[in-house]
Amino acid sequence: MNFYATLLIALKALRVNLLRSLLTMLGIIIGVAAVIVMIAVGSGAQEKVESQIKSLGSNLLMVFSASTSQGGARAAAGATHTISEDDAYAIARELPEYLVGTAPTLRGSGQVVAGNSNWSTTFFGVTPDYFDVREWSLAEGRAFEPAEVNGAAKVAVIGQTVATSLFGDASPIDQVIRIRTVPLTVIGVLASKGQNLSGNDQDDVILMPITTARNRVMGATALAKSRSVGSISIKAREGVDLKLAEEKVRDLLRQRHRLQPGQDDDFTLRNMTEMLQAREESSRVMAMLLAAVASVSLLVGGIGIMNIMLVSVTERTREIGLRRAVGARSGDILRQFLIEAITLSLIGGLIGVLLGLGGAQLIGEMAGWPIKLSPYATALAVSFAAAIGIFFGYYPARQAARLSPIEALRHE
Amino acid sequence: MNAPLIRTADLAKDYLLGDTRVPALQGVSLEIARGEFVAVMGPSGSGKSTFMNLLGCLDHPSGGEYWLDGEAVSRLSDDALAGLRNRRIGFVFQHFNLLPRTSALDNVALPLLYRGLSTAARHERAAQRLAQVGLSERIDHHPAQLSGGQQQRVAIARALVGDPALVLADEPTGALDSRTGIEIMALLQSLNRDGITVVLVTHERDIAAYASRIISFRDGRVVDDRTNARRDAGADFAALSA
Ligand SMILES: Nc1ncnc2c1ncn2[C@@H]1O[C@H](COP(=O)(O)OP(=O)(O)OP(=O)(O)O)[C@@H](O)[C@H]1O
Ligand SMILES: [Mg+2]
Repeated sequence: MNFYATLLIALKALRVNLLRSLLTMLGIIIGVAAVIVMIAVGSGAQEKVESQIKSLGSNLLMVFSASTSQGGARAAAGATHTISEDDAYAIARELPEYLVGTAPTLRGSGQVVAGNSNWSTTFFGVTPDYFDVREWSLAEGRAFEPAEVNGAAKVAVIGQTVATSLFGDASPIDQVIRIRTVPLTVIGVLASKGQNLSGNDQDDVILMPITTARNRVMGATALAKSRSVGSISIKAREGVDLKLAEEKVRDLLRQRHRLQPGQDDDFTLRNMTEMLQAREESSRVMAMLLAAVASVSLLVGGIGIMNIMLVSVTERTREIGLRRAVGARSGDILRQFLIEAITLSLIGGLIGVLLGLGGAQLIGEMAGWPIKLSPYATALAVSFAAAIGIFFGYYPARQAARLSPIEALRHE
Repeated sequence: MNAPLIRTADLAKDYLLGDTRVPALQGVSLEIARGEFVAVMGPSGSGKSTFMNLLGCLDHPSGGEYWLDGEAVSRLSDDALAGLRNRRIGFVFQHFNLLPRTSALDNVALPLLYRGLSTAARHERAAQRLAQVGLSERIDHHPAQLSGGQQQRVAIARALVGDPALVLADEPTGALDSRTGIEIMALLQSLNRDGITVVLVTHERDIAAYASRIISFRDGRVVDDRTNARRDAGADFAALSA
């Protein structure tokens, strides 16, 4: 008895009880859809976090000035930042066995003008180490030299978004841009990084020497008089325990800021990589939850298939007897019912795949989650559905195959 | 080649009901030659169906031997018996046993499914057999759309589709009115004239009258076995229809 003929018999049997077949498939449909969504959401989240860790720079610690992290109160009072450029250099000097480099950063924002175009953006005053610590590479041109930092040179390196906003497709190199009336010559364009954690465009940025930012661009404010900075990026050495590096930096800063034991830090220290990994962890928990739903649903679906196949075997006992009488071997009967169960679970699986793919897209759009559809996961879900059909269909099929022909024919 | 189509020696069948042994067949030895038309009679519970099931290779005997066309059936495996049924035997049942919601054509073609024939080949041979039983017009009808007599004719076409040597019919007219019963007997007689051996079980003397030999059972034993000057069912049916 050939496979195609058996498949036709199975499809026909399922069509006769269409509603029943659909209801039976429901568990498989939901289970498979959940598997697809789970993997799409899980791997989407993982991929996003991985790319964010990459764009942020690996092994990154950040020190924020208390005035920026504790809200507006102190900043409004006109207080300067609580950490300084010298803190950054001290950390680099004192803890070389833990760190690759430190990058003090001043942050500001404002209109930038080039010719007739203008654009509102964020600018950072940085040192040459910033490029290495934050893992920025250049798409075009060059970064600044130490001499340009010392001399507060009027130069800038701009991000891709700023470049296209101001200059379109033309090369920005050697063009002059103005921030708060200060003219800066563009010497480089950063390679694109895309969005960061909070969905902000990291390419919407202008980098300039920290001295230029302090003395020329922000010159009017009290801030300019001190050497204080808004944040310090610290890149730990590969293989160094980040927790330990964090503690060392904290101790050093407390010592430099003359904080007594028991006194609160006047800065905020964050392990950025760890934060991202925590995020990844939470999306993993979400995926685990979906996996639990999926497996329960698949299990229930499998039991449903077994149940309906047992009913079907009972209902069709005379048919089985007849088939045996006209020459079906018990193996033919086993195969027929097994294929019917597999067909049931496979069709359910395929419907589940369609639903899952659609559902994943929808969830991605509505919840704003990154979604990654994988053909591998889809194939896995479908083969899982088939496996359920085989596993839960085997017992009823064997019951059918074991019926003696005369008992089956005599069945009322 | 002159060996009988059917030969049984001391054929016995016990059923186990709980702890008690029910002897349904107690040592039946007989021969049925190729081309015979045999009616099996006897009171209810005398073992007629049990005997037919053994002849049909649907069940294993508890004792004795059975040779079908010279082949010792008692020792064959289940799968071998299935193959034997498929190639050598056609079954006709009291309640037709057609697959519901399935066309007459597919019902008739069913046995060929287990020979691995292509759909086209199966349908061609099924259509021929439906024509032979006079149902060419009803090829696409489902059993529910056919009368009892027509359903039994479809069942006979199904029994014939595999070109069997033997057709076994357990009370084939039991569910039909007497006129339709005679029509079915006329059909079976015409098969028999084509060389097919027919063994049928019946409770009715009138039906047994169309057989060329009548074997009577009682308490699982053959109590009578005689030849019969058979009536012509075709003529009887024509007379009834006139
Ligand atoms: N599956 C079974 N289990 C137990 N006993 C059975 C079984 N089948 C038949 N018998 C018994 O075997 C005996 C013979 O039964 P069988 O069906 O062969 O009779 P029969 O001659 O065909 O009767 P009827 O004319 O009513 O069809 C009966 O006593 C019956 O009760
Ligand atoms: Mg009987």
